[in-house]
Amino acid sequence: MIQRTPLYDSHRAAHGRIVNFADWEMPINYGSQIEEHHAVRQDAGMFDVSHMLAIDLTGGESQAFLRHLLANDVAKLTVPGKALYSCLLQEDGGVIDDLIVYFFTPTHYRIVVNVGTAEKDLGWIQLQAADYAVSLKPRRDLGVIAVQGPQARERFWTAFPASRAASEALVPFQAAEWNDWLIARTGYTGEDGFEIAVPATAAAGVWEKLVAVGIRPCGLGARDTLRLEAGMNLYGQDMDEAQNPLESGLAWTVDFKDAARDFIGKSALARRRSAGNLREFLGLVLIDKGVLRAHQRVITAQGDGEITSGSFSPTLNQSIALARLPVGVVIGDTVEVAVRDKLLRAKVVKPTFVRHGKSLI
Amino acid sequence: MNIPADLKYTPSHEWIKQEADGTVTIGITDHAQEALGDIVFLELPEPGLLVKVGEECAVVESVKAASDIYAPLAGEVVARNEDAMGAPESVNQDAYAAWLFRLKPANPADLGLLLDAAAYEKVAAE
Repeated sequence: MIQRTPLYDSHRAAHGRIVNFADWEMPINYGSQIEEHHAVRQDAGMFDVSHMLAIDLTGGESQAFLRHLLANDVAKLTVPGKALYSCLLQEDGGVIDDLIVYFFTPTHYRIVVNVGTAEKDLGWIQLQAADYAVSLKPRRDLGVIAVQGPQARERFWTAFPASRAASEALVPFQAAEWNDWLIARTGYTGEDGFEIAVPATAAAGVWEKLVAVGIRPCGLGARDTLRLEAGMNLYGQDMDEAQNPLESGLAWTVDFKDAARDFIGKSALARRRSAGNLREFLGLVLIDKGVLRAHQRVITAQGDGEITSGSFSPTLNQSIALARLPVGVVIGDTVEVAVRDKLLRAKVVKPTFVRHGKSLI
Repeated sequence: MNIPADLKYTPSHEWIKQEADGTVTIGITDHAQEALGDIVFLELPEPGLLVKVGEECAVVESVKAASDIYAPLAGEVVARNEDAMGAPESVNQDAYAAWLFRLKPANPADLGLLLDAAAYEKVAAE
């Protein structure tokens, strides 16, 4: 059953080109995804992310539950509103989803998961929660807008000046409540900005006010090129249940520091780590002309690898990709990529290409 | 929808223009460029290449996908648009000005088999 966010009419009014995205009618662009991409890197753009699922977790054992459920350790979150990025793992270390979890109190957290995996995640979390004194509440009553870019926060405050006091001091990856809104300094673009969760009934009005202060509506096409340039993984492409975080560039999100903490997937990952020979997860920049895309075969001196995500980088004006490569491939290597009937040359780089508008490669 | 009356078309959204010297110029329609989104790379056939009708002979890559272009007529490629190759976004800006390649048709009568503007309009509306 196809669903629409509270902003569907706003997208149509802005000439959004609507596509079916995980059974939601979403705008892929509003005319030019490249122009939208540049708007976020240079100024301010905004995305409807209401289709993603927020799940509120409350109850006396919330912290203990999440410390068992997630590969990253929520015990690190002690300041109200602070958030972290984590994988949700299977017992065998495979990735069920990636998500962000916000801490409010030791008995109140919010988890935000991807739209395509929401039902799967909810089922898994409910199953795992059976032994814990916690309650789960999926929030389908929200509209969420991500305002991103170097001017995003300023423009947001121009539209909503009364929110400034509550949100000005937020550090990256921290959220604050303002009336019945949650303002979080998070995003999926590599630029500064806010993700604002509001009651669904208020969403369209908020969007219109943000349009009025010059924040450009941006679609899913730009969202993908922005996150790829920022080296941010996309679940379902860069990792899935058949891949572990250590071979997906996500070792930094798995927290082994507290030896007494047993989390789902821990022993499988520890075994994998001590066995060694973990495959590399690195970036590619195409030297020859063309476009790198997911699933293309990469030929290296150490054997074959595979592109997990590939596209065109508007900021760098060349094609970039993330790839899972054989052990021993290093940054600086030149490799070949099979594109249709040709072998194109690519350079191996670290898997982050642009940050705060600047090239890193 | 922008569908010039003086051109011929294929169901796969190519346009064909008859030139005075008997060659034909080929590009993709405005409908096609809009569906593809921002175009970032063109792979065009080299002059001298012989193509059969319906043979995949070029690729137009947008950010989101690679789209094959098929020879609307059999013949010999005589030119390709090097300017467009250097500025692929020009196809989005004006799909009828940013031609892709030129053919010397093996059988000029085959032009009669192509769609006229009215017939293409029906195809594009589907």
